[in-house]
Amino acid sequence: MKYYRAHVLICSGSNCAIKGCRSVKQACEQEIIRHGLQGEVQVVDTGCLGLCDQGPALVVYPEGVMYGRLTPSDVLEIVSEHLLKGRLVHRLMQQPTGPAGEVSPLSMTPFFQKQKRVVLKNCGLIDPERIEDYVRAGGYTALATALDVMTPERVIAEIKQSGLRGRGGAGFPTGRKWEYTRVAAGQQKYIIGNADEGEPGTFKDRLILEGDPHLIIEGMAIAGYAIGATRGIVYIRGEYELSIHRMELAIRQARENGLLGEGILGSAFSFDLEVCAGAGAYVCGEETALIESIEGNRGEPRFKPPYPAEKGLWGQPTSVNNVETLANVPSIIEQGALWYRSLGTPNSPGTKVFTLTGNIVNSGLIEVPMGITLREVIYEIGGGIPDGKKFKMAQTGGTSGGCLAAAHLDIPMDYDSLQSHGSSLGSGALLIMDDTHCIVDLTRCFLKFFVHESCGQCTPCREGTPALYHLLGKVSAGAGGHADIQLINRLSRTMQSSSLCALGQTAPVPVLSALQHFWPEVEAHLNGRCPANKCVMGKAAGKIAN
Amino acid sequence: MKSLQELKAMRERMGESKGIRTRASPTKITVAMGTCGIAAGARSVLLAIMGELAETGLRDTAVTQTGCLGMCEREPLVEVVHQDHTTLYAYVNAERARQIVRDLLSTAEKEEK
Amino acid sequence: MAERQANSSQRQMILPFVDQPGGLLKALHALQNASPAHFLAPSDLKLVAEVFGVPEAKVWGTATFYSLYSTSPRGRHIIRVCESAPCYVVGAMDILKVLEETLDVKPGETTGDGRFTLEVASCLGVCGVAPALMVDLDVHGNLTRDRLNAILAEYA
Repeated sequence: MKYYRAHVLICSGSNCAIKGCRSVKQACEQEIIRHGLQGEVQVVDTGCLGLCDQGPALVVYPEGVMYGRLTPSDVLEIVSEHLLKGRLVHRLMQQPTGPAGEVSPLSMTPFFQKQKRVVLKNCGLIDPERIEDYVRAGGYTALATALDVMTPERVIAEIKQSGLRGRGGAGFPTGRKWEYTRVAAGQQKYIIGNADEGEPGTFKDRLILEGDPHLIIEGMAIAGYAIGATRGIVYIRGEYELSIHRMELAIRQARENGLLGEGILGSAFSFDLEVCAGAGAYVCGEETALIESIEGNRGEPRFKPPYPAEKGLWGQPTSVNNVETLANVPSIIEQGALWYRSLGTPNSPGTKVFTLTGNIVNSGLIEVPMGITLREVIYEIGGGIPDGKKFKMAQTGGTSGGCLAAAHLDIPMDYDSLQSHGSSLGSGALLIMDDTHCIVDLTRCFLKFFVHESCGQCTPCREGTPALYHLLGKVSAGAGGHADIQLINRLSRTMQSSSLCALGQTAPVPVLSALQHFWPEVEAHLNGRCPANKCVMGKAAGKIAN
Repeated sequence: MKSLQELKAMRERMGESKGIRTRASPTKITVAMGTCGIAAGARSVLLAIMGELAETGLRDTAVTQTGCLGMCEREPLVEVVHQDHTTLYAYVNAERARQIVRDLLSTAEKEEK
Repeated sequence: MAERQANSSQRQMILPFVDQPGGLLKALHALQNASPAHFLAPSDLKLVAEVFGVPEAKVWGTATFYSLYSTSPRGRHIIRVCESAPCYVVGAMDILKVLEETLDVKPGETTGDGRFTLEVASCLGVCGVAPALMVDLDVHGNLTRDRLNAILAEYA
């Protein structure tokens, strides 16, 4: 077999044939021979590339660059520039993002090339409402393997060794959480799947539940086996109607096929699962608040310790794990901790699902190895900032995450690196903002969320969030002074150190990072000027406030 | 190895049904029906596809759904697998969905000749 | 008399939840879903307290804690506009403004004909198609001024 350093795929779909594909192919082949590249570059006829309105088109591999609407003379340039000198011909490159374009799997290369799909391996490929699709795709193999050849202790050891950390935001080692729950004394232990996904900008759990619900069932059954729980609850926020529907359907199908219930797959292990719907409260994503909510109470966080691993649901040992965390479990059991550790970074192994939102060309759901840089995510996978605008800032980890500036684009995205820059990996939300936005105005928007979502139980959070919101409003209206900034700083530190749960502790994070990374812009407001021209200053501001 | 064996038996049982389905349906249309897709109008796209299939009488075509592909920006997304070609259509609306089915029909007619 | 009958059918509705662990929220869901004005009336909350054998204050406290419950009457359809950051940066406030003008209501208010109640909401979890809103249980994304009217027309 002969190897080539590059391949040129020329579309020979029926549409392109009409639009002069043949002459393009001829020109390409002649040009390659003229430059003596025929031994290195292979021209391949391919089916329709899917971008028919951009035909004739060709794709150059390994880069996966697509050129479209070509004439034979364009091809001369592609051969002499790209194939000979390795320089892309930007003039002819096609972004697969046309307003009505057909996008083929090939042309999605920039979007998928950098992704590594472990959690999302089936999303978009199988019918989530058919258990057959999941089983045929290899589903439930990990559960059967665990039941057949692994003791619960062995499962926990494997997860510990894999280095899997909680994907809900805190990043606590999953194996250790399971171990604490396993060794805790209790009559009835529980495993809870946390799908109370309320962090603004996060919708990964929703799309995992909707796209591959059996993966969560399998992950939870393995977790139940490991910690000694026979019952599990998936707590899904009430707004996620489709997630609730698909999860309930999947549970019924699993029961009918003996994958949940008594003696699963002929083993001695029994496990069953139910769905509990939330009623609209962000704070219920906090594990003890979530437990309170399942018990039918106001979702107010409990004091810790005792941790849920010791005294959780109904006072029994409980492990609360995020949906994405659980979705990693079957692959780890099947392919081993070493394989998992080959992905990501030493302290943050594996992949992470990110949700891209805001001013970005490809908003959506991606899964990449931990440690990828923000720049790669935004510009290579995300397609950059739309409408030719400039990148201003990114908020990682959702509304409770920090704001990063252009100077931070090369930070690796993992738990520890982001934390050391005053931000967090959090739930994997990535909000990208262009230079038309104002940092003060945005920070107010973030705080407004916390004002609404603070549960009101502890004073620093209940009183601190509206006070911060008010102070930022003052700065935004051009009425703030340095004393107000000092007060914002002091109040933030107080909330971080004395709030009961992560809500109050992290609400000041976006504010503090904004002050740290965007100080000149904040200072301009103290002098009565909003550089982005978003904030309404002076008298007009007073009118709006009234 | 009891559990793995039981699973293997189950997979074989379920796999058979797929074989039958595939032979009967050389063409597969998949509509991404995650909430993002539905919010962008996937339901009307699905209805349009079913409607157009019924009207044109295009045979041997299976319509199925799947979850989010990750490209929420370009929803509604429709994937068509015909013979060995896979095409992913982005920004589909009801009108374009009908066009996709009509295109399939004309391709199928050409192939029959 | 009519009131007593209604009360008795509501009692039947929530009785199954009394012995269920954590059944209080489910009872509130059931009562609100059965309410033509999509809300929990003081009489509903009193009934829950009585049936569950808990103080009325606890029931009020629970019902007012969660944003999906309302203790005041609402319209036939509830519009929840997301105002969280991902929607905010791509124009959610413009969408809200258009809705306020079209329906002639402020957030929290119901249109004169009782057709819509306009609410603002925290993240609805469909940021990939922001800006977004929910009408009842339906999610609508990629909103533009032009699309709004067509969406509203779907709800009589």
